Amino acid sequence: MTFQYGLFMFFAALVVYGAVCVITLRNPVHAVLHLVLTFFASAGLWMLLEAEFLAIILVLVYVGAVMVLFLFVVMMLDINVSETREGFVSYVPVGFLIGLVLLLQIRIVVGSEFFGLDQYPLPVPRPADYSNTAELGYLIYTVYVYPFEIAAVILLVAIIAAISLTMRRRPESRKQMPDKQVKVKADERLKLIKMDAVVSVDKKDQGDDV
Amino acid sequence: MVALSDYLILGAILFCLSIAGIFLNRKNIIVLLMSLELLLLSANMNFIAFSHFLGDITGQIFVFFILTVAAAEAAIGLAILVVLFRNKRTINVEQIDTMRG
Repeated sequence: MTFQYGLFMFFAALVVYGAVCVITLRNPVHAVLHLVLTFFASAGLWMLLEAEFLAIILVLVYVGAVMVLFLFVVMMLDINVSETREGFVSYVPVGFLIGLVLLLQIRIVVGSEFFGLDQYPLPVPRPADYSNTAELGYLIYTVYVYPFEIAAVILLVAIIAAISLTMRRRPESRKQMPDKQVKVKADERLKLIKMDAVVSVDKKDQGDDV
Repeated sequence: MVALSDYLILGAILFCLSIAGIFLNRKNIIVLLMSLELLLLSANMNFIAFSHFLGDITGQIFVFFILTVAAAEAAIGLAILVVLFRNKRTINVEQIDTMRG
């Protein structure tokens, strides 16, 4: 058993443990934290597979942004845990059975007799100055530039959708109306009135002060 | 040494666990969304394993785009969830039956 295999087993065990905890834990906050553990362990596995850029992206973007968003929403909502856990035990057999059958079926296809080291030998190690990030960037900005721009549009749509869905328009809240503010004329804001000067009744006091 | 089949079986285990999670947590929409994230992660694992063993970096490009779409999906899903909770005061899937689904 080589060092690499030991690392693989360690990270794989973490991934499986985290995934089991995600789907079985009662408290959604704990489930999200175990999901974070799963993503960290997957990032370690991706490092083993020499996908350094994606491993870092998984930790920075996925754990740092998406999972924190999950955690934020889970903590913000006041969830009745016992209500959502109703019937959990009764679903365990069917869920377990379907998962097991699916796993056995996939195992038949992807076993080591088809995808073992004989059929897919270990790739030649890359030279030390090989940059995974540079290679990915080169492909993204040349061959895959249109999909890349579509991905940008998808992210933009997601931003606009998330904001417009969650923005609340309360009648008592005051907000700016730039269109009306720009079009306003001076005479709508300020009205000059002509009126006769009012003669003060108490002439004597004013005369003394001046 | 670590063979391609080891990574594929790990991806299969992750996939089956998330499918089982969808069955187990049918009432809790948040855990459903988290199972979906696990599902996408297992697909990404397979893509990267094949990319490594075939020496073709295109698989990593695919993972890049899957991560983008998954992030967008999570953001919109959670936004819908927040609006749903604000209006109905529950995230129980069984009580969300306004449209007689």
